[in-house]
Amino acid sequence: MSIYSKLQEHNALWVYAWLLLMPATLLMAAFTHFPILGSIFLSFFSTARSGRPSRFVGMGNYSTMLNDPVFWLALRNNCIYALGTIPVSVCLALLMAVWVNGKPAGRIVVRTAYFTPTILPMIAVSNIWLFFYTPQIGILDKICRLFGLPGHSWLGSPDTVLACLMALAVWKDAGFFMIFYLAALQGIPPELEEAAAIEGSGRWYFFRRVTLPLLMPTTLFVVVNATINSFKLVDHIFILTKGGPDNTSSLLLYYIYEVAFSFWDTAYAATLTVALLVILGGMAVLQFVYIEKRVHYR
Amino acid sequence: MRKIWIMLLCAIAATGILSAATAGAAVELNMYYPVAVGGPITNVIDGMIADFESANPDIHVKAVYAGNYDDTRIKALSALKANQPVQLSVLFSIDLYELMDQDVIVPFDEIAVSPEDRQWLSSFYPALMENSLAKGKIWGVPFQRSTIVMYYNKDAFKEAGLDPSKPPSTWQEMTEAARKLTQRDASGNIIRWGVSIPSTGYAYWMFQALCIENGLELMNKDGNQTRFDSPAVIEALQFWRDLGAKDKVMPEGTIDWGTLRQKFVEGATAMMWHTTGNLTAVREGSKFDFGVTMLPANKHRGSPTGGGNFYIFKNTSQAERQAALKFIKFMTSPELTARWSMATGYVATSPAAYKTAALEKYVTDFPAAAVARDQFQYSVAELSVHENARVKKILDDAVQSVLTGAATPKAAMESAQQQADRVLKPYRP
Repeated sequence: MSIYSKLQEHNALWVYAWLLLMPATLLMAAFTHFPILGSIFLSFFSTARSGRPSRFVGMGNYSTMLNDPVFWLALRNNCIYALGTIPVSVCLALLMAVWVNGKPAGRIVVRTAYFTPTILPMIAVSNIWLFFYTPQIGILDKICRLFGLPGHSWLGSPDTVLACLMALAVWKDAGFFMIFYLAALQGIPPELEEAAAIEGSGRWYFFRRVTLPLLMPTTLFVVVNATINSFKLVDHIFILTKGGPDNTSSLLLYYIYEVAFSFWDTAYAATLTVALLVILGGMAVLQFVYIEKRVHYR
Repeated sequence: MRKIWIMLLCAIAATGILSAATAGAAVELNMYYPVAVGGPITNVIDGMIADFESANPDIHVKAVYAGNYDDTRIKALSALKANQPVQLSVLFSIDLYELMDQDVIVPFDEIAVSPEDRQWLSSFYPALMENSLAKGKIWGVPFQRSTIVMYYNKDAFKEAGLDPSKPPSTWQEMTEAARKLTQRDASGNIIRWGVSIPSTGYAYWMFQALCIENGLELMNKDGNQTRFDSPAVIEALQFWRDLGAKDKVMPEGTIDWGTLRQKFVEGATAMMWHTTGNLTAVREGSKFDFGVTMLPANKHRGSPTGGGNFYIFKNTSQAERQAALKFIKFMTSPELTARWSMATGYVATSPAAYKTAALEKYVTDFPAAAVARDQFQYSVAELSVHENARVKKILDDAVQSVLTGAATPKAAMESAQQQADRVLKPYRP
């Protein structure tokens, strides 16, 4: 008699369920929930310095944060960054997927080309883009010169630096999201298109009323991922700008890194981390509550 | 996520300890080092270490390239906090107070005790030791050290009707030369800028040079007081801003530290301020004749020293400390110092190195290699205060906000001083 049926016999299936869940639960607790609680706990204390031990400061770190102009700037930058990268990379991904899902000549080449940015390491890519953006000798300025436009200090000017980071992020992410759309597109049964053709619907109508709704689960997944990426992926900042000039390209996570590991102000970094957690948690709830309603899982 | 990494690193480190234990009496040294200039620097370091190991088979040195100076400090401190074995590192000379505050380094006075060792400690240029001294002790040994020098394109000088043997020696001369050197195409777009002073990564360093030249040091000797809001500082920042905004001889906005060398060797800027550590890379990259000169003066000449020192960490055994000392003595011996200086352009750290046959000949053939050393007579210690990373960042931000036109020099520096005061207050008696 197997363990399973023995458990069943004793009406103890819940033990079985817990056993199955345990590895994941333990890992989650150790590496996600415990650190979260740890950060929240730490955020109520001051950072120890030589001769000044850590002490309880209550909401002190939080009021520092609310009065910290760099925090607000990083938050503002991050919102612009998210709003700029998420819709663009998702739309672009969908567009590319539809394009290579058809039968264009050399579609293997096109697909590979679209996907390549994803597999390259962000740090390597940033080093290449750093030279794209370099004034005068970079490719961007060389193109400008062809058209008689003046050169520009792309990463050195507060007006363009964030857009430069966003362009790199979109280039990097769109190909990745395309793969998901492509897989979803290939899962749509061709009969639907035939039926629609018989009913006399146009291609755009079919795309809007059939393809798009069927892609909603993928869209939800992709949007959630894009959102996370816009708060989580800061590798390129290290290479391209270090958050400069004057913090105009600093994103929240980069600022947290700076406070934690450059200034070693761990307590304040924990406070910023809690703020980031609240923001991300809030957005996750929002996404699942609102978009979920429009998603039809099959 | 970071925790996972630390765990993994611990696991790797643990296997490292086990294998070291089985290897017998050999001492294993781990160190991090930064690279802030161009060229195949990691190869040079690896070659020097290989020579050390073949001369000292009982000591293994594992040197890990860890990014720029800030990255390297961060990596070393993280490793120490995670109890990973790191016995020594090359870190920013100006991280001294920060490393002392964190209580992670030992003074060399406690390790280098023999008369021969004492003599070695006193063999370096005094200018380079300024950032090593605190509380009457020596905490760092100079290794990849520099001053800021001005590189200039001699071909461009000739083209603009300037005398390439007389580079500008004052701020005013520099501005005037830069005006002549700035070149526009038919539609008025800039092809070549007159001068570029980099303002990312080490903006505070360049700015400190301008302040020294304007007659003021940015901080006091105890590292707990800054003078960001004094008129001489504001004036220096105004001069920097004006080069771009008013005189139009330097790109507006910030100028990237890392790519500036490439711009210079491709002729996109006729003069640049940069570390002498880039000298060899510039020499190998440029297709034109270039010169190197001391930074121009306003009230007087001046440049902060810069670069990295060897530090030995506190959490080490006696055997490890002695092995580390042996290694550092090897790396800073006149012959190795000469080799390192020729491979990079960093100043050789002791007068004895300049007396070695190799370096002596090199300097005769290539006088530019001695400019940074000759500048020592005007140089002062680099900005180094308690909580240096934070104070440096405050200054960097202020400088960048002015260069991008977001704030006036006066407003930016007054705010920077207030912020620095808040950080440094606990360190004042």
